[in-house]
Order: sequence, then C-alpha cells, then structure tokens
Amino acid sequence: MKNKLRIAVGPVQFRIGSDWAEPIAALARLYAGYPQDDTRPADATVRLFAARPWRRWLRPSVHIGGDFVVPDALPLPLSMGLLAAEMGMNLQVALGWRRHMLLHASAVAKDGRALIMSGESGSGKSTLAALLGEGDWRLMGDEFTLIDLFGGDTLAFPRAVSLKNEAIAEVAARVDPARLGPLLAATPKGDIRHLIPRADAIAAMHEPVRPALLLFPRFGGEVAVEPMGEGEAFVRLTEASTNYVALGEAGFAALTRLVRETPAFGISYPDSAAGIALVEQLWAEAAK
Amino acid sequence: MTDRTYRAAPPGALRIEPLGELTAIFDRRSMQTHLVVSPMPEILDAMGADACNAAGLATRLAAAFDLDVAEDVKPILAERLSELAAMGLVERA
Repeated sequence: MKNKLRIAVGPVQFRIGSDWAEPIAALARLYAGYPQDDTRPADATVRLFAARPWRRWLRPSVHIGGDFVVPDALPLPLSMGLLAAEMGMNLQVALGWRRHMLLHASAVAKDGRALIMSGESGSGKSTLAALLGEGDWRLMGDEFTLIDLFGGDTLAFPRAVSLKNEAIAEVAARVDPARLGPLLAATPKGDIRHLIPRADAIAAMHEPVRPALLLFPRFGGEVAVEPMGEGEAFVRLTEASTNYVALGEAGFAALTRLVRETPAFGISYPDSAAGIALVEQLWAEAAK
Repeated sequence: MTDRTYRAAPPGALRIEPLGELTAIFDRRSMQTHLVVSPMPEILDAMGADACNAAGLATRLAAAFDLDVAEDVKPILAERLSELAAMGLVERA
C-alpha cells in the first residue's frame, strides 16, 4: 500500500497500510514518541482500504483488514480514519496475539507493581487509568493488559488512550494540548479524542511488573467496595480475555496463578474523584 | 433412574485447581475449562481408577467423610454423575 507506517506498542510491532494518507499522518503524530525499529518483523498487520478503487476519492469509506477480518464490520467515513486504524490495531491484537494472555483491562503501575482494572465498556477503567497516569502512576495501558504466561508479570500495552465523551473534557483540562489528537465527533462509539501517554510511560513500556491488585470498576451509584473471591475473579477474567481459549493450559495456569496471588475487589463509584480516592485507598492496603 | 456405572478420566487428563468456593478443571483432552462447585470435586476425587455407580460412590464418600449412607443420596449422586458425563469429565463404563 502507498501509505505505510510501523508502530511498536509494548511487545507488539504493527505494520499499518492505508489507501489514504490522512489516517497514517494522524497515527504518525500520535505515535511520534514511540520507539521506531523499521527492521523488526511485524507481529500484526492492519490494512485500511477502499472497497472499490474509486471509493478512495468518491465518498471515501474506510474498510478495516489485516491478518484477521470481521466480515460484517461496517466501513467508516474517512474523517474517522484514525478510529478505523485504532479499531484495526485492537482487532489484530485481540484475535492474533498468542505470546501473552491478553486481558481487556487497563493497567497502571507504581513502585514496580501493577494495578489491573477490568470492566465492560463504560465502566470507567480507561478514564481512571488515564487520570492515574497523569499523577504519580505509570500508565501501562487503557484497553489491553498482557500477562506473561510463565512468570505471571504484567506487560504494558500503552497505545494512545482513547478518551470517550465526558472523559475528553475531564482529561483535556489537565494535559498539554499537544498530547491530544483531533476530536472525532459522533463516531459509532460517541465522541473520541486520543491522548498520547506521558513520555516516561512510553519509555518504560518494555518493563514488566508484578500484579498487586485487581479491580473490577463499575461507574455510577454510591461508593462501594466488595471483596471478590478467586473463583469469581477467574470467571470474569476468562470473559475479559480475548485469547484465553486459544492459549489452552498455559492460559489456564496463568489465570489461576493471577487470581490466587492478587487480591480482587469489585468497586462502584459516582465520579472520577471518588473512583481515584477508592483506588488509592485499596492500593495502600494491598501494597502494605 | 438406573444406577449407571461411570469411569473416571485417565490419570493426567484433568488439571484440577481449587479457587475458593469454585473449582476450575482444565480438561487436557478437550482443552475446555469447567467451573464446578461441591460436591463435584469430591465426586471426581472419590471415583478412583475403577468404574463405579452411584451406590458405590455413596459408600466411598461415606467412608471418606465418615458419614452414614442415606438412601436418598444415591439418586442425587446418579444425577451429578450424569452431569459430569455430559461435561466429559467422567464417561459411561
């Protein structure tokens, strides 16, 4: 393809090709501070392509492809090319990665230990991670967290944070505007704006850390904390893992170990400030 | 209900990991993960190498847990055995 880019996020080397220059230019800006090694073989390939040659120009619509494809995925307008690229990158990792157990979870680290937050879309895991990452935590990832199959360590996947709807203003108020991508308004996932992680988080992205706390946040309602048993945490994380089944016994062993060694809680919180206070309180207890 | 006879999985086929109130079982033959609660792990443990039916299982469990065998336990065990068979964790002998 004419427009190409290679990006390394954590252990994953992406090769992204596009029929259009715009999505690649937008990605190049978001990922300018990430390590570049164009000689390294790609682990995942993402293709953004026009369904018919003339659709590059006439009502351009971006189809997402690569090593894996979702047959019924609707194309996106070119103005949302950056979202298409992000979705393509997520898809290739979610379906193709086998080297680590992949959890649909955000993660932050402090003092060489990791806090993993797993939840549905809208649970606030991404916003909490982004806000903690602006404080004295290292952002490891807002969407995916990798678990080493043999040692049990947490590995970072610090892609550009995908801020959605209300989280955009909340985070934008605290960061240098140069770290924000363009506003993608009214996408199928609502308004989206990307946040470039802090330089120290990107520089440390290859440093594994021990998991120390597992949280299952739920946004909305009164502040509540509920200790979660190993069995329930196991069930929830099998559901949150995109490659648990494919990993076979190695995945079973890694997940068993994770839930046995890591205290887990379900938390509810009415707003980000309360959520962060709760996280810090549980962390202080877990890190004792 | 007929008291059918079942055989345990061959040695090494199952990896059984207690996780609090739940027990996770990985079946190496099917690569499937099963989550079960008591008395399933106890039943699998009591099955041993030779085939047994609900009546035989009741006797073994009674011995293991130092209990008397109540008559109404056998149909319940027969039902649990058929559920374990449906999961592929035991098979009809």
